[in-house]
Amino acid sequence: MMASGYSAKEEDGHLPGASGAAGSGVAKSKKPDNTAFKQQRLPAWQPILTAGTVLPAFFVIGLIFIPIGIGLYVTSNNIKEFEIDYTGADMSSPCFNCSQSSSWNSTWPCRCSIAFTLDQPFESNVFMYYGLSNFYQNHRRYVKSRDDSQLNGDKSSLKNPSKECEPYRTSDNKPIAPCGAIANSLFNDTLELFYIDPNGTRTQIPLMKKGIAWWTDKHVKFRNPGGTNLNLSTVFQGTAKPVNWHKSVYELDADLENNGFINEDFIVWMRTAALPTFRKLYRIIQKKSNMTPTLPRGNYTLDITYNYPVLSFEGRKRMILSTISWMGGKNPFLGLAYITVGSVCFFLGVVLLIIHHKYGNRNNSADIPN
Amino acid sequence: MPLRRGGTLVLHCTAPHQGSGRGLRTGDGVDIGTMIRRGLDRLLGRGEGRADSRTVYVGHGAWSPAQPFTPPRYCDNRIVSSKYTLWNFLPKNLFEQFRRIANFYFLIIFLVQVIVDTPTSPVTSGLPLFFVITVTAIKQGFEDWLRHKADNEVNKYPVTVLDGGRSTRKESEKIRVGDVVEVLEDETFPCDLVLLQSSRDDGTCYVTTASLDGESNHKTHYTVPDIETDLLLLNATLECEQPQPDLYKFVGRMYIRREGQEPAVRSLGPENLLLKGATLKNTSKISGVAVYTGMETKMALNYQGKSQKRSVVEKSINCFLVVYLCILLSKALVCTTLKYVWQRQPGQDEPWYNQKTQKEKDTDLYLKMFTDFLSFMVLFNFIIPVSMYVTVEMQKFLGSSFITWDRDFYDPQIQEGALVNTSDLNEELGQVEHVFTDKTGTLTQNNMEFIECCIDGFQYKYGNCASELDGFCVEDGPVNKLQRKAGREREELFLRALCLCHTVQVKEPGPGLGPVDQVDAARAVEERGFIASSPDEVALVKGAMRFGFSFLGLDCMKMKIQNRNKEIEEYDLLHVLNFDPVRRRMSVIVKSEAGETLLFCKGADVSIFPRVREEEVMRIRTHVERNATEGYRTLCVAYKKLSTEAFAQADASLREARLALQDREEKLLNIYDQLETGMNLIGATAVEDRLQEEATVTMEALQNAGMKVWVLTGDKMETAKSTCYACRLFQRRTELLELTVRTLEAGGQKCEGRLHELLLDYHRRAVQDAPPAKGGVSRSWSSAVQDYGFIIDGATLSLLLKPPSSRYTSLFLEICQNCAAVLCCRMAPLQKAQIVRLVKNTKGSPITLSVGDGANDVSMILEAHVGIGIKGNEGRQAVRNSDYAVPKLKHLRKLLLGHGHLYYVRIAQLVQYFFYKNLCFILPQFLYQFFCGYSQQPLYDAAYLMMYNICFTSMPILAYSLFEQHICIEILMDNAILYREVARNASLRWGPFLHWTALGIYQGLLFFFGVHCLFRNPALQDNGQVYGNWSFGTIVFTVMVFTVTLKLALDTRHWTWINHLVIWGSLAFYVFFSFFWGGIIWPFLKQQRLYFVFANLLSSVSAWLVIILLILLSLLPEVLLVVLRKPRASHIQQLKMRSSARKHRDFLSNTGVI
Repeated sequence: MMASGYSAKEEDGHLPGASGAAGSGVAKSKKPDNTAFKQQRLPAWQPILTAGTVLPAFFVIGLIFIPIGIGLYVTSNNIKEFEIDYTGADMSSPCFNCSQSSSWNSTWPCRCSIAFTLDQPFESNVFMYYGLSNFYQNHRRYVKSRDDSQLNGDKSSLKNPSKECEPYRTSDNKPIAPCGAIANSLFNDTLELFYIDPNGTRTQIPLMKKGIAWWTDKHVKFRNPGGTNLNLSTVFQGTAKPVNWHKSVYELDADLENNGFINEDFIVWMRTAALPTFRKLYRIIQKKSNMTPTLPRGNYTLDITYNYPVLSFEGRKRMILSTISWMGGKNPFLGLAYITVGSVCFFLGVVLLIIHHKYGNRNNSADIPN
Repeated sequence: MPLRRGGTLVLHCTAPHQGSGRGLRTGDGVDIGTMIRRGLDRLLGRGEGRADSRTVYVGHGAWSPAQPFTPPRYCDNRIVSSKYTLWNFLPKNLFEQFRRIANFYFLIIFLVQVIVDTPTSPVTSGLPLFFVITVTAIKQGFEDWLRHKADNEVNKYPVTVLDGGRSTRKESEKIRVGDVVEVLEDETFPCDLVLLQSSRDDGTCYVTTASLDGESNHKTHYTVPDIETDLLLLNATLECEQPQPDLYKFVGRMYIRREGQEPAVRSLGPENLLLKGATLKNTSKISGVAVYTGMETKMALNYQGKSQKRSVVEKSINCFLVVYLCILLSKALVCTTLKYVWQRQPGQDEPWYNQKTQKEKDTDLYLKMFTDFLSFMVLFNFIIPVSMYVTVEMQKFLGSSFITWDRDFYDPQIQEGALVNTSDLNEELGQVEHVFTDKTGTLTQNNMEFIECCIDGFQYKYGNCASELDGFCVEDGPVNKLQRKAGREREELFLRALCLCHTVQVKEPGPGLGPVDQVDAARAVEERGFIASSPDEVALVKGAMRFGFSFLGLDCMKMKIQNRNKEIEEYDLLHVLNFDPVRRRMSVIVKSEAGETLLFCKGADVSIFPRVREEEVMRIRTHVERNATEGYRTLCVAYKKLSTEAFAQADASLREARLALQDREEKLLNIYDQLETGMNLIGATAVEDRLQEEATVTMEALQNAGMKVWVLTGDKMETAKSTCYACRLFQRRTELLELTVRTLEAGGQKCEGRLHELLLDYHRRAVQDAPPAKGGVSRSWSSAVQDYGFIIDGATLSLLLKPPSSRYTSLFLEICQNCAAVLCCRMAPLQKAQIVRLVKNTKGSPITLSVGDGANDVSMILEAHVGIGIKGNEGRQAVRNSDYAVPKLKHLRKLLLGHGHLYYVRIAQLVQYFFYKNLCFILPQFLYQFFCGYSQQPLYDAAYLMMYNICFTSMPILAYSLFEQHICIEILMDNAILYREVARNASLRWGPFLHWTALGIYQGLLFFFGVHCLFRNPALQDNGQVYGNWSFGTIVFTVMVFTVTLKLALDTRHWTWINHLVIWGSLAFYVFFSFFWGGIIWPFLKQQRLYFVFANLLSSVSAWLVIILLILLSLLPEVLLVVLRKPRASHIQQLKMRSSARKHRDFLSNTGVI
């Protein structure tokens, strides 16, 4: 009669039967515990979002966000920023020749200088950035092409870099230090800034190269191999310089604290940028005294040792001078966003107030009988 | 013998730990294997002998010296319910696990990651997969170990086997077919045995089959008649049918060979067969010969695995999965295409600063495209969450314990709570649209009470004055409420009939009780109680006892009764013509002390009336019908005197039929039919079956919740109808549409024509003329609409389902859809399942739920989407085969309206949330491809990719899906209407899915472009230093983790301390982990990408500001939506107030609103 009952069903769940029987054995012996947890009666806070409860929040958000937004916006606007493209893609650009001739093989450093004028004085510390466009530092092949243990001073990795560094792993059968595409493409233009006095004299503006990299990178993540051994050339013996470099890694700077893997320019470069158009901190111009602005209004020239070719991939190079506020560099986005969101919240608060007024009345009338 | 149920039913018996059908177990593979083997056997000419019967040599004695004795090979007595062995566990379990589509998908992803150079390391997908697989394997391994243990317990159980004159102890698994086995009292039979010898003098033994079919009464089994007392001398063979699962069928023949005689033939029936799994009771020792062993025993053959019922939610998940798979594929495709378009620009593919390796240069372009495509797939594969399956499983597993733990389901009477047999269907409880309920034992208590009887047309009622008229002291006979009464002789005949015509047993006295003296016999018997498989038999015997006739028990085929004069009368029990649901009656043939042979028969009115004289029927019919409309169960009692010749003839033919190997059942039925004719109707009984506690309230609640209630019963229409009225399923204004044999016959035409005519008519009335239903849900809201009730009986149903009319079934279903309640009476168990299947397969495939308590409900319980067993007093069949079992019908209300509703809401949120959070997880990663030269650069660090679903966002949703009560249970139960809010999978349809998807996309876009705008100037610190790509990703990730968690917090309506702990805890854990992960140079990592990234991030005010801004902005629409959906919120609030008002009754009276 009921044969269909058991022929049709596919067997699979024998376990519920087994465990179920065991469960019934337990159930037989005792009544379920009367705990709040088991009876799903845990004390609970049961918030209900209504116009009434949300409304104050909207106003508060509006009231907080709009001032913050205005503050951010004003701050951002007060930040002075000057940007100059020195790629030399244009015929008119002083660097045109350099951009055309420069390649990795050229032994002669090509120099060019660009004159510019600052309309406003830059007070406080000025930060000098170089910017690259259309440069895919975030390309996967590029991002992974490094060996962090080598950079951390690991001796074995120094001699035997990670496979990820291919094709920048060895050169002439010698391990490259630092290996990988990122290191290999280290930005090596030299930028110098000169102030042209109204009387025509050029004074070089001192550029500080310390403090441009993250403290932890400089002091923990990047370590020279050999620890306290100060003679880097011996430490790096048996390694090759990256193919595109003009000098070895231990010749990056005369200052021992800024040489080798712990060279700050190098460290900054090694932190790959998030987007194809990016800027990196190059130098810091320290404020000298309270009396004079760091960069007074006037004429300047930017002297460039043009080494870094970007035209092959339609890239651009920029030099950026910027002051910095508590919120970082100039970016009106945050301020605008805060003002917008704050106003929207405020507006919604008003709308909700009206709604609440209408519904609230109705609610109240409905509640009265209760 | 059960009067109403049981009988020839095939029972799906399972002894949970012990048996399993091997063929059924392992599914397709093995089934095919056995089929092939069978085919081979057939080809090779083997197994022909197996086809119809097997021959067993008792004690392995040779049948005859002349015949060569080849012991046939049968399987050993090992029970294997385990799935794995130590050796095949790993491969088999892995195979089983990877058959799941999700696991297979993740395996493929993992393999792609291993083979192809992909952006994320294989660990990111391998570790979670490994985790999932290991956990599942451990769980299944443990369960299998338990099964092994249980198997071993059974298989290694020591048994005594008589072997060549000595009795030896053996392990149970070593029993072979033909062994003579000894079993002691309270032991379980190790295999199916044919009873040869019993320690009782009368050649019987008592057996309880509680573990097989749940019937706890003692069943009597008989030895094969005329067997040598010394089994060593027995030289016999046994011929019996091949193993088959029907517990109540056994046909065999025994040839007993004695020196120099023709072999004596004895017929064997189920009464000679002791089933494995049953227990010997009240008999100190028996011996039997093993006929079926191991996996061929009836118990093992009856093992039926639970059907794998899948819930609608799972189907929805699969649907969504396909959508997401499409999204995934199209994302990968878009990225691959754009990548190659982009690379065609000069200088982009391989700028001087980013040269390819030689190997990459050499790779074929198309192969590269393909691997790129795969890489993108891998990069975006997190959109399909591996952890969702784990979380769903955990939610179901843990969640179901709340049902077991619920004290409201605890019944002090049976000392049990609810039982959850499968946790897969929790949410289905919130989706039920059709409830199929059994009547007896489910709607009614099946706790029978004898109400009245009618003898020769006079009504006798056991009235209030019962106390003083108790027992035998009434000389005048029963109190007669009417003026007149039948003659005393008739009364006594009727009462004797009640005392004799049954299969009730008296409970054996416990060891503490001393010998009972005669006078108190009746009282003692009553104290001891009766055992019967059907409670109305007990009710009748007890009823007769109240009128002075007590049944004292059956001893050596003699039935002892005590009459009103406290005299003991003895009757020889000659034959029992068993009850079966087809005949719907049972009879006994007894011989009185006076030497008269009497046949007593009791049964349903329809089965008795045609067999008695017409004028007797006239007198009683009105009573019977009146009783039926009052909701009583009526039985008619008839008797017949058998002349000696008639009896001799009947006796001979009965014995002959019982010996028959072929068609025994049919032959017996024929003889029964012949015997039970020309009887005299004595009277009728009415037994009340009271409604279950709160049956009415429960049914009302279910109907208010939008469920259609169908009552499926084997009972007669009038009784069933009255129950329906009593439960308010039918109400006074309900218009009944009747489609029964009676209405069909009324027209005087051919049944089928009439059937179609009626159907069309009803259809017009109930469907076409009815006001158009609004989505089928809100229909029965207003009481102004005419309610319809539909009644159909089994015979009509089978007519309806037969081919010529089958096109009318849709018509029938449409009518039923528009009826408030449907009553199907006179249903065979299989028809119940048929109805369920019919409804289940209609358009929109509504979710069905079956409730039942008896073995005859098993088929419909198994058939329905959700099967609920009531732990009634009809055995454990239904409970064992159900998905959920509750002690009482009233618990259904909380189970469905409370637990079901909540579980549905919980799991729906769980599923939607999982898809949502993975969409907004992966979308920024997809968008990032547009800014990184389509190079498959991941936006987030590998640790974040891996931990997002496992650690950071999984616990809050798990807690939510376990503890959320968006409306608290009391309100849900009080307002059944709320159940309609989630009806028809409301939260998992395309609408909500799109809403969640839109939310995910909105937030994903916001996260990415918000941070992107910020990074137009990456100098975000006050020291002028710049951030790189990992900072970018970490900001996005931080915003995301917070948003996604807070979104859940917004949706949480029920904040227990666990929710607080888990939500705030996982946010804190994220922050802590990020510090920790970025705070150390990890020696095992190739790249220290995140070194101090997070800490540096927090030192930037801008980062803080953007994080706060983006979190707020992405949650803003949700908050707005919640607030603007206010009418609903206030609705709930109002409901809350209502319920509180309900508690304080004084408010209620003032409230015009309610």
